[in-house]
Amino acid sequence: MLPKAQVRHVARLARLSFTPEEEERLAAQLGSVLQYIERLNAVDVAGVEPLSFAGEAGLPLREDEPRPCLPREKVLAQAPEQDGQSFAVPRIIE
Amino acid sequence: MRPLGAAADALAAGEVTPQELLDESLTRISELDGRVHAFLRVTEREARAAADAAGKRRASGKPLGPLDGVPIGLKDIFCMEGVETTAGSKILQGYVPPYDATVVRRLREAGAVIVGKLNMDEFAMGSSTENSAYGPTMNPWDLSRTPGGSSGGSAAAVAARMVAGALGTDTGGSIRQPASLVGCVGMKPTYGRVSRYGVIAFASSLDQVGPMAIDVRGVALMLAAIAGQDPSDQTSSSRPVPDYAAALDQPVKGLRVGVPREYFGEGLEPGVEREVRAAVGKLREQGCVVSEISLPNSPQAIATYYIVATAEASSNLARYDGVRYGRRAQASQLLEMYEKTRAQGFGAEVKRRIMLGTYALSAGYYDAYYLRAQKVRALIRRDFERAFAEVDAVACPTSPTTAFKLGEKVNDPLAMYLDDVYTVPVNLAGLPAVSVPCGFDSKRLPVGLQLIGKPFDEPTLFRLARAAEPREQPLPPLVARG
Repeated sequence: MLPKAQVRHVARLARLSFTPEEEERLAAQLGSVLQYIERLNAVDVAGVEPLSFAGEAGLPLREDEPRPCLPREKVLAQAPEQDGQSFAVPRIIE
Repeated sequence: MRPLGAAADALAAGEVTPQELLDESLTRISELDGRVHAFLRVTEREARAAADAAGKRRASGKPLGPLDGVPIGLKDIFCMEGVETTAGSKILQGYVPPYDATVVRRLREAGAVIVGKLNMDEFAMGSSTENSAYGPTMNPWDLSRTPGGSSGGSAAAVAARMVAGALGTDTGGSIRQPASLVGCVGMKPTYGRVSRYGVIAFASSLDQVGPMAIDVRGVALMLAAIAGQDPSDQTSSSRPVPDYAAALDQPVKGLRVGVPREYFGEGLEPGVEREVRAAVGKLREQGCVVSEISLPNSPQAIATYYIVATAEASSNLARYDGVRYGRRAQASQLLEMYEKTRAQGFGAEVKRRIMLGTYALSAGYYDAYYLRAQKVRALIRRDFERAFAEVDAVACPTSPTTAFKLGEKVNDPLAMYLDDVYTVPVNLAGLPAVSVPCGFDSKRLPVGLQLIGKPFDEPTLFRLARAAEPREQPLPPLVARG
């Protein structure tokens, strides 16, 4: 069981919000998954280099040259709100 | 619909036209998909135009390749210009991509006829397709059971013979497990073999695109069309793409096949074990040298995966904020808009994983969870490296169970996660693997054999898969009855 204050803290970091019932359920479900994950503590990882990526080593870099991109109006057409030039969002400052 | 390889042969011989194959596909969909729910949308207009163009090329003797005129379905995770793409999520409802994913472009350039978009667990998070915001997909072998997931729509469409082939994605088993549960072939290629550009991201260090079809040859033909370097995906490999079709008929005599003892333990259904061991026996009869091996860190793979994958997902899914695409909830303040949009747009499993990933990356927990998981990931990969010094491929079950009942695991996330116990280590290590149908359990549900290979050694997997595959895969009762 994860403390409910912790659930609320993580939800804020993740830009999510939950009802009190959802918080209750999440605290239990995340708690049981985390309990299962505890098994990793029994693995001897002394001297092991972490692996974040299992692809080929030495990813190539390309020249930083401008290339054509999608036309602005095609991209803006997908936005919930826009003014023809940019994406529009609700007010940030009162 | 015949298996993909046979469809390609029939097209080449002029025995059938692309338009006729498309008619077969659309008829089958209209007859069965009300019960199976494999498709989220059928792109009939685009498909007819593509089939007509393919028909002209075939008639003039100038096909683009073996896939020219073959009906194919796409998991709804691939961006397709002008066609709504949702990844099974409400938050992307109404999203119409302004561009094609590289694999979609390559399929089109090969002449494939794209029939529609297929159901999936939301953002590919799930093993049963029950996490789709648009309702579950049913298994053509038994409509009360799941086709697996997350590429469950792709698997069900192939098994029900609605399409000759489909594309899926595999982050922890999402191609192989559904292929196993519906009795088709599904391959997760080596990480970097296929471009991920235009594929809606779940966990970027694990995600890989792959083909599904009834036959091994069909899967090989599709992989040949989509594999190869892409300037738009830095992680795509520059290695040349070998001739997969040529590998198919090479004998398997002398190939060394390792059977890992950790993959035959607790939780494995006896019917699955019996059929998988029989399939390994079949390889031995054809001259493979079979030995028992050990992959000692594999039992840690699920725990490792649920840190690594959720951490990456929490970062990838930060982009769904109601600003640039998809749905937006109404709110007077920006922060409130973000929270409401995400709370209303994401389903329960996606939120659970974002929460777990955010927690694992948060201040004070990073070393204990994320860093530790990355170290265990290194150990899991080292196990495979050591094994591949002794053997050419690994053979084991794809899934510990056959298709389970819809609703059976939906309220127990951990039980659902454990269904991926034999597939997840492959993604963590970046290896190629294929699931091949190898028999049925006592409930007459399909069983899959998983073959795992060295990095970029898909040709050996195709050889072995071809040697293991049944001469003919029977039709599910639903399809046989019509």
